[in-house]
Amino acid sequence: MGFENPSCQLLSKIATNEQHGENSPYFDGWKAYDNDPYHPTQNPNGVIQMGLAENPLSFDLVEEWIRKHPSASICTSEGVQKFRDIAIFQDYHGLTEFRNAVARFMGKVRGGRVTFDPARIVMAGGATGACELITCCLADPGDAFLVPTPYYPGFDRDLKWRTGVQLIPVICESSNNFKITKEALEEAFENAKKSSIKVKGVIIANPSNPLGTTVERETQITLVNFINEKQIHLVCDEIYSATIFSRPNFISIAEIIEEVECNRDLIHIIYSLSKDMGFPGFRVGIVYSYNDAVVDCGRKMSSFGLVSSQTQHFLASMLSDDEFIDHFLKTSSMRLAKRHQTFTSGLEEVGIKCLNSNAGLFCWMDLRPLLKEPTFEAEMVLWRLIVHKVKLNVSPGFSFHCVEPGWFRVCFANMDDETLEIALKRITIFIQATEKNQM
Amino acid sequence: MKLLSRKATCNSHGQDSSYFLGWQEYEKNPYDEVRNPTGIIQMGLAESQLSFDLLESWLAENPDASGFTRNGESIFRELALFQDYHGLPAFKKALAEFMEEIRGNKVTFDPRNLVLTAGATSANETLAFCLAEPGEAFLLPTPYYPGFDRDLKWRTGVEIVPIQCTSSNGFRITESALEDAYQLARKQNLRVKGVLVTNPSNPLGTAVSRPELNLLLSFISAKNIHLISDEIYSGTVFSSPSFVSVMEVLLERNLANTQVWNRVHLVYSLSKDLGLPGFRVGAIYSNNNTVVAAATKMSSFGLVSSQTQYLLSAMLADKKFTKHYIFENQVRLQKRHAMLVRGLKNAGISCLDSNAGLFCWVDMRHLLTSKSFDAEMELWKKIVYQVGLNISPGSSCHCAEPGWFRVCFANMSEETLDLAMQRIKDFVVSTATKSSNTGRSHHLSSKYSARKSLSKWVFRLSFHHDSENER
Repeated sequence: MGFENPSCQLLSKIATNEQHGENSPYFDGWKAYDNDPYHPTQNPNGVIQMGLAENPLSFDLVEEWIRKHPSASICTSEGVQKFRDIAIFQDYHGLTEFRNAVARFMGKVRGGRVTFDPARIVMAGGATGACELITCCLADPGDAFLVPTPYYPGFDRDLKWRTGVQLIPVICESSNNFKITKEALEEAFENAKKSSIKVKGVIIANPSNPLGTTVERETQITLVNFINEKQIHLVCDEIYSATIFSRPNFISIAEIIEEVECNRDLIHIIYSLSKDMGFPGFRVGIVYSYNDAVVDCGRKMSSFGLVSSQTQHFLASMLSDDEFIDHFLKTSSMRLAKRHQTFTSGLEEVGIKCLNSNAGLFCWMDLRPLLKEPTFEAEMVLWRLIVHKVKLNVSPGFSFHCVEPGWFRVCFANMDDETLEIALKRITIFIQATEKNQM
Repeated sequence: MKLLSRKATCNSHGQDSSYFLGWQEYEKNPYDEVRNPTGIIQMGLAESQLSFDLLESWLAENPDASGFTRNGESIFRELALFQDYHGLPAFKKALAEFMEEIRGNKVTFDPRNLVLTAGATSANETLAFCLAEPGEAFLLPTPYYPGFDRDLKWRTGVEIVPIQCTSSNGFRITESALEDAYQLARKQNLRVKGVLVTNPSNPLGTAVSRPELNLLLSFISAKNIHLISDEIYSGTVFSSPSFVSVMEVLLERNLANTQVWNRVHLVYSLSKDLGLPGFRVGAIYSNNNTVVAAATKMSSFGLVSSQTQYLLSAMLADKKFTKHYIFENQVRLQKRHAMLVRGLKNAGISCLDSNAGLFCWVDMRHLLTSKSFDAEMELWKKIVYQVGLNISPGSSCHCAEPGWFRVCFANMSEETLDLAMQRIKDFVVSTATKSSNTGRSHHLSSKYSARKSLSKWVFRLSFHHDSENER
């Protein structure tokens, strides 16, 4: 047997398997949108995109800031004297002013209740890169992380694809509003143990995607006690931390560990500016770890996804403008609240309930009453109906690994007011037609 | 239970190598003309600071690219939200055309086959993930860029097996060296998935020759493996022979759309040719649609900032600018290269004949106390700590022969380069003086005149020594 390679093995398993997750039905909705995108005048019957968790509601504030601060750009006449220093800067520690500004911003988002050490800020290629990076630092191929369901579909790719790490679900149910319970955590841990899988940690999103809820203090304390007892890691993805628009307030894991005794080497935060500021295009991912070795290793790994120095410089300037940031956070929160209110009350008018939520860019919509039967097949049928007939790209609960069929994530921030109205109208018409058919 | 992963606690990131240690020493004591004139001069950083003025004047003439505007209208929203891993179409088109221009338009690149990544660092890692399983191997000609140990091996679990090149033939890749490497991999039970070459070479500074490229294509064809050509320095070729891309040779041999065609992949970046390492602009180019598809999905882990894509799409689309930049930059590189070569020669030190890159491959074998890597380290430490120059020892580049060093010439001012040359000369002189004055203490009271008269004598000595080695 020679070592020559048969052409079917020319590429790696990673390159040719389905683990990137992009062939999941979740993406069919996107394809439907791409093929037939809604436009108020050019394509008024097209599919409205409600599957994209984006936050452009407060861009006008940012645009105004940019106009007033030309020196934030290294290309304008006001800023070009910095061009060469910035253009050549590839130090994986990141620009000092950038790290300082991000640490400061993170503190602000938490109401100044905790402060962040700029020296613990590690850059990554968006939260996508940050998730993969922290996984590489904490787990070996074959190891596992526990993750509460429902969870962001991207985790399957970010945490597992190239790392070889597994995800074990911690089942959460609607009976208690999908809260994470100690029992569910223990069960997931035991299941892993039975299968001889080494659990290296728990990963949660707070606020949750897709639930749109902040994780309560008690739950976080339960989590900290759980991981501390097992001496496993806790990774908190706080990417939606500044999208809180109503009570209860956001409580960060950074605050919890000030109250609760635990081994801080186990605590890590993932962050990004993609949701809070609405800048997914700038690829600003952050890993914040309380573990020195993780910071050290993570920093070396960040070489694979550093933030463009042009962007670092721009954001250092913007994020350290206290007056602007205070105004931005307040305004953004208000506008999200309004959107959420408009959308949920519109849904309520036709009898559709959403999980009570106080954060995020989406609602977790309960369409169980519309299912022909409580199965995922029925959920898929309903979903296809919504995408192709109602022409709304919403995301089915199945794609978030929800254990109960009938839940859908619907984004409300990524379109203008008029489009949201039209979406609500379409839903209304659909519900009314469904009711009529059932009579 | 171990708290962190094996990746976190092993050494595969390679940062304990001397290549990076020299950087650390520099950081502790960096040269500054005014504030720290006796500090260490950084000559271990392959960056070019020679042509920023050209970029700056372009910016002054093109205000739109700078501030999120297109024809005066704000496109901030569009850019802030743009995270499509297919990349900004205008940028990929401009980048593809820029790459064509560097190759004298002898090849064409389809933007759809271009994958954008966060620097060449990410491009190389991504290709390793796409082409090899953990435990499989790539063959790399030595000496090679130290960062490959991290980029190709660290998180991927892929191995590197060296293709040993030696000074006996100017470090050219030979058929026997390729075959030896392949067999060495076999002996180690490593399945070889491909060969990776850097063209032009880092650290040699030479454009890979046409015969070598032909050899490589024949080799990968016979073994049914991949070829990655990292062409990150393609725009830095400043004298003949001109740059030949492997893509060009594929066309010459009528290999378009063959199986081999599908196994050749390029890596590119704007870090060296445009001097923009901070912007993290890398790219993979492949004719293989499966590789393009897989790499595109993987690029999610390191996309290029949309803001940066937009700026560069405007800059690279300005053909008048790019033509002028490429040409002028090469002129300046040639001048700097000549300066370094001359300065070293003046100290009795020769370099490998080179025509590209931002560095020279310097022959200091005659300054070693013995023909060993220990002696190389000893010499290196002297040069870093006593002479005050951070240069990169050949061992950090996995060179098979001790005594070679990579010395960068484009990342400092002319004055600083001058000073560096003076320091080298002083060092060589004082070394020769010490070795020729055994037992006798020698006070160089009138340093300059004493050195001047000694230097001729020393030069003759070291020249004589050189010719002995060339036998």
